[in-house]
Amino acid sequence: MDALMLDGNAVAGLLQEVFTVEMTTAIGTCGGCGATDAVGAVHVYRGAGFVLRCPHCDTALMKVVAAEGRVWMDCSGLRTLEVSV
Amino acid sequence: MAGAAVLGRLTWRAADVVGVATETPRVKTIAFDVDGWPGHLPGQHVDVRLTAEDGYQAQRSYSIASAPDGARIELTVERLDDGEVSPYLTDELRPGDEIELRGPVGGYFVWEPSRGGPLLLVAGGSGVVPLMAMVRRRAALGSDVDTRLLFSSRAWDDVIYRDELEGLNGDGLRVHHALTRSQPPGWSGYARRVDAEMLAEVGPAPSERPQIYVCGPTPFVEAVAEALVELGHEPLRIKTERFGPTGG
Repeated sequence: MDALMLDGNAVAGLLQEVFTVEMTTAIGTCGGCGATDAVGAVHVYRGAGFVLRCPHCDTALMKVVAAEGRVWMDCSGLRTLEVSV
Repeated sequence: MAGAAVLGRLTWRAADVVGVATETPRVKTIAFDVDGWPGHLPGQHVDVRLTAEDGYQAQRSYSIASAPDGARIELTVERLDDGEVSPYLTDELRPGDEIELRGPVGGYFVWEPSRGGPLLLVAGGSGVVPLMAMVRRRAALGSDVDTRLLFSSRAWDDVIYRDELEGLNGDGLRVHHALTRSQPPGWSGYARRVDAEMLAEVGPAPSERPQIYVCGPTPFVEAVAEALVELGHEPLRIKTERFGPTGG
């Protein structure tokens, strides 16, 4: 366990900025193990950007970097994302 | 663009400091009047942005401590000595100052009395803040939902909202303190870190299917969540919010 680990609640504002809806209650399916979790429940690591990881298998679900008015997102570890609109 | 506003795009708002109160030697509560505040749910937070004269910006997320109350919100902030934002909030802000914030954000770690109970709230240090918003909302609406708050602090003088919690204890709310480092003379509460045995005593039992909210430093949340699962609570009923040492 990494004491620096956060969870999806920490990126609520950043994701809402991009998607314009509340995203911590969105349900994601991990591309690695197939587990489904609310975005608020996934593990988050903060560095130059944020890495969201599956709490079951540690697959990197999303990488998000915000800089200079742009947000770059790598979602290659995420199979599906279900959002309430 | 009008469409952006309809979709609820987050906007930075001016927040006027209207009060600063000392909770403990390291923790203060700052009250703001926020221009155009849309209201919030207990457990939601805000992003706070500070801008230096040279344009450098630092941004952090803080849980809202207060129950919904018009344009007024309160943030309770622990001073982290090497933090970039918290020392400014706790040491420098005075009534009449203005900062920028946006929100409310979050929806996962949220509870309203209409969601019912029983409710188990487990807090480590300033992790009590979003849980306090739930407890205050419950009291404001006169709810009698069975609620247990297990609150771990280092010492009696570090207990945030201590007097208010004493006053709220009762009417279906039971507050239990665990003091991990030192205890006052004659202390009859818990004197160790939160563990499975303590969680079982505080209850409710897994068979009562409580809704559980755990907030605190990451190692605290991990240990508590693990103990709850070990006791037989359903993982999907355990909602967690972690703040790392980067929260400052």
